Amino acid sequence: MNDWKKICRVDDIPVLGARRVRRAAGADVAVFRTADDRVFALLDRCPHKGGPLSQGIVFGEHVACPLHNWAISLVDGEARAPDIGCATRFAVRVDAGVVSLLAHELATVATQDSPGEAEALAAARKVIAIASA
Amino acid sequence: MKKMKLVMIGNGMAGVRTLEELLKIAPDLYEITVFGAEPHPNYNRILLSPVLAGEQTFPQIVLNPPAWYADNGITLHLGKAVTRIDRVKRVVHAADGTQAPYDRLLIATGSTPFMLPVPGNDLEGVIGYRDIADTEAMIDAATKYRHAVVIGGGLLGLEAANGLMLRGMKVTVVHIAPWLMERQLDDVAGGLLRKSLVDRGLDFLIGAQTEALLPDEATGRVRAVRFKDGTEVPADLVVMAAGIRPNTALAESAGLLAQRGLVVTDTLQTVTDARIYAVGECAAHRGVAYGLVAPLFEQAKVCATHLAEFGIGRYLGSQVSTKLKVTGIDLFSAGDFMGGEGCDAIVLSDPQSGVYKKLVIKDDKLVGACLYGDTVDGSWYFKLLREGRSVSDIRDRLMWGESSLGDAGHQGQNKAAAMADADEVCGCNGVSKGSICKAIKDKGLFTLDDVRKHTKASASCGSCTGLVEQIIMATAGGDYSAAPKKKAMCGCTDHSHGDVREAIRKLHILTIADVQRALSWRTPDGCSSCRPALNYYLISTWPKEARDDPQSRYINERSHANIQKDGTYSVIPRMWGGETTASELRRIADVVDKYQIPTVKVTGGQRIDLLGVKKEDLHDVWRDIGMPSGHAYAKALRTVKTCVGSEWCRFGTQDSTQMGKDLERALWRMYAPHKVKLAVSGCPRNCAESGIKDVGIIGVDSGWELYVGGNGGIKTEAGQFFCKVRTAEEVMGVSGAFLQLYREEGWYLERTVHWIARVGLDTIKQRVLDDLDNRKALWERLQFALDGEPDPWFESDKASVDKRQFIPLIPA
Repeated sequence: MNDWKKICRVDDIPVLGARRVRRAAGADVAVFRTADDRVFALLDRCPHKGGPLSQGIVFGEHVACPLHNWAISLVDGEARAPDIGCATRFAVRVDAGVVSLLAHELATVATQDSPGEAEALAAARKVIAIASA
Repeated sequence: MKKMKLVMIGNGMAGVRTLEELLKIAPDLYEITVFGAEPHPNYNRILLSPVLAGEQTFPQIVLNPPAWYADNGITLHLGKAVTRIDRVKRVVHAADGTQAPYDRLLIATGSTPFMLPVPGNDLEGVIGYRDIADTEAMIDAATKYRHAVVIGGGLLGLEAANGLMLRGMKVTVVHIAPWLMERQLDDVAGGLLRKSLVDRGLDFLIGAQTEALLPDEATGRVRAVRFKDGTEVPADLVVMAAGIRPNTALAESAGLLAQRGLVVTDTLQTVTDARIYAVGECAAHRGVAYGLVAPLFEQAKVCATHLAEFGIGRYLGSQVSTKLKVTGIDLFSAGDFMGGEGCDAIVLSDPQSGVYKKLVIKDDKLVGACLYGDTVDGSWYFKLLREGRSVSDIRDRLMWGESSLGDAGHQGQNKAAAMADADEVCGCNGVSKGSICKAIKDKGLFTLDDVRKHTKASASCGSCTGLVEQIIMATAGGDYSAAPKKKAMCGCTDHSHGDVREAIRKLHILTIADVQRALSWRTPDGCSSCRPALNYYLISTWPKEARDDPQSRYINERSHANIQKDGTYSVIPRMWGGETTASELRRIADVVDKYQIPTVKVTGGQRIDLLGVKKEDLHDVWRDIGMPSGHAYAKALRTVKTCVGSEWCRFGTQDSTQMGKDLERALWRMYAPHKVKLAVSGCPRNCAESGIKDVGIIGVDSGWELYVGGNGGIKTEAGQFFCKVRTAEEVMGVSGAFLQLYREEGWYLERTVHWIARVGLDTIKQRVLDDLDNRKALWERLQFALDGEPDPWFESDKASVDKRQFIPLIPA
């Protein structure tokens, strides 16, 4: 299925920086550009406490979340140890300097604007604690 | 390619730590074989004393269970002592005939207890104190026998004696030196220690020389200890704790040079054979064999990088300190704690409450410390000792410790042992004592850095560091030691902040990439910790030459607003000296309505904070408010807080409001290593709180007093008196010069108080107050740097603000 949606040109993203992609529903998607012009996309929510990753400092293949400095891998979304968590990834295509994302991913992936995984977990634990109390 | 073969002889803490470090950086380089003479996997030898005392069990102190070796593909030979190293064929032979060829050999055989050469030292019931077998023998003896004698009143001997006593034995400690732990304590502290151990039920024979151990003729077991003076004490168990010897016999038989340990280089290779490495207690580095965990782990790290063929890092030795692991006894010592010729000692002695502190100072530097009963400041003293900085300016406060002033966040606790598991240790990150203990145990943490990484405790403001260190020592048996003198800026480099600043100045470097090239950064484009620092160093060292790199700035300084927990921003416009007008307030009110800003708050710096602004609205909000940026988001001049002053106040002696406004107009847009806050009060009632500002000014009838290095944050720090001047022009000149020196020489994220603590107030006074030419030059450099600096809210192009960040992308 070829449903790539044009987002911007690679040059529209600052080197070692990011832009936010607004969607009809759900949290923004952050598109990142590394020093060697590779482009990655993650849900703009840190797995820790939902910080906007697009606002972080990009270095190597990582972005540092602006809220608590978790280092998130742009490649697989995983938090760098010892932190544990994974940011949702989006497929990216770069063709002739144009960045595209998959329309169906934009329309369906993580469209319910939920808190970060860790917060959700903590909330779940609280519920369990209350239930068992 | 076939893997190389690495064989390790010895299965203890230093050796296994080396393997762990190696597996982290080069997991597939070697096929690894380990020989351990003991039948156990690697365990925490430091915690044998708590096991003996019944506070922990053996399974609790195992660091690497057998599964760990299996998971990492390590061939483990337990209970097999290596008897021969064939360096020609590169094969090791074990007692049972097992052989293992090697390309690299790591010797980590540790040490053995020194058995006093007296008749009877081989009797049954006479043991050293070294491993779990010894510990079990002692536990077993305690169930069957009554009398124990421990020979040696050092660290290990006292821990053994305490454990045996807790197991119900009547214990006598024999110590040849005039006081206990004479290598770690002075006579007074040694006396206090003895008193508290006597109170617990231990007996001591100080100065007694052991002549022979006497057997029970019927059983052949030891019966008594006889001394040179002819007296005897009964003994069913004798523990030799009179020192340890590096275990080098095997290596020596293979022709490796040993002098107080296997002689190794800074890369932990034996000087005899470069294929053979040695770490831990069996190795002698620059003549010293270390027995504490932190230096050994430092060695492990360095050794691993060389085994991994990275060839980086050198071990340069460690300074060590001591801590006794007897529950309820706090003692700490480091450096030359005895003092003597040319030294001064500052002493606090309160025998009634069992507190004794001695600080030894030589040439204005702290060279030694010995603490008994209250050790919470041990790490601070140890830091001062390692840094070797002058303490002349803090001499009068030295004894009261780092936290003598307003430490916030952990209820003023200074004894971790007295805290309950649920008590909060780290107020910044909400970490309880229990969760720190759990992480230390579950994850095998040893050092402060480990604990910071895994729990975040002490990782933010650091005011609880002393407590966390106490917990590490109590839980894992770690110690204060090691910590190389120079702290690397971050994981990307071995260079310190000081090194980097100096290189940028000396080599006239103008870009981050060039710094990283010149100083051989390990990462292609740094990390979120070093890039903002480098960017600041460049623009502060070479203003108008080096170009600001917004992508290397933290988001707040990139978007010129302060990010909040939900991803929105706060906007704080500048109000000069805290004064505002009806039209400014009206515009702010209109903006709040127009952009539906949820919260409006008055700040502690006398201005107004608009919270919850969406990023895409920032530009419009700034424009509509029409007031300059307050830089409330930046490592830069924040506010100049003022009181009403002589214009209105019936007590005012000086026009503090005008002084504040003038200072703020002169200094705004000034980036610095950290945020900078000023205050001006018009009289000594000090309503502007000048005592807790980076530069605090207090008007008096005859002029102005200046205080520097105050801080109202994490740790309340009262500003130190800097000088008194007569005129407003002098206030301006001195404040500006002081801040310019801080801008040029402070380390990134170092507040003025910490900068002053590092370099010493006297040095700063000399360069700002005494040297008038220098003061003028500093002031001029500040003017040059600030001249034409843009307001980022209104001159975004000039301030290199990337405006694209405010506009979200919409899929086509």
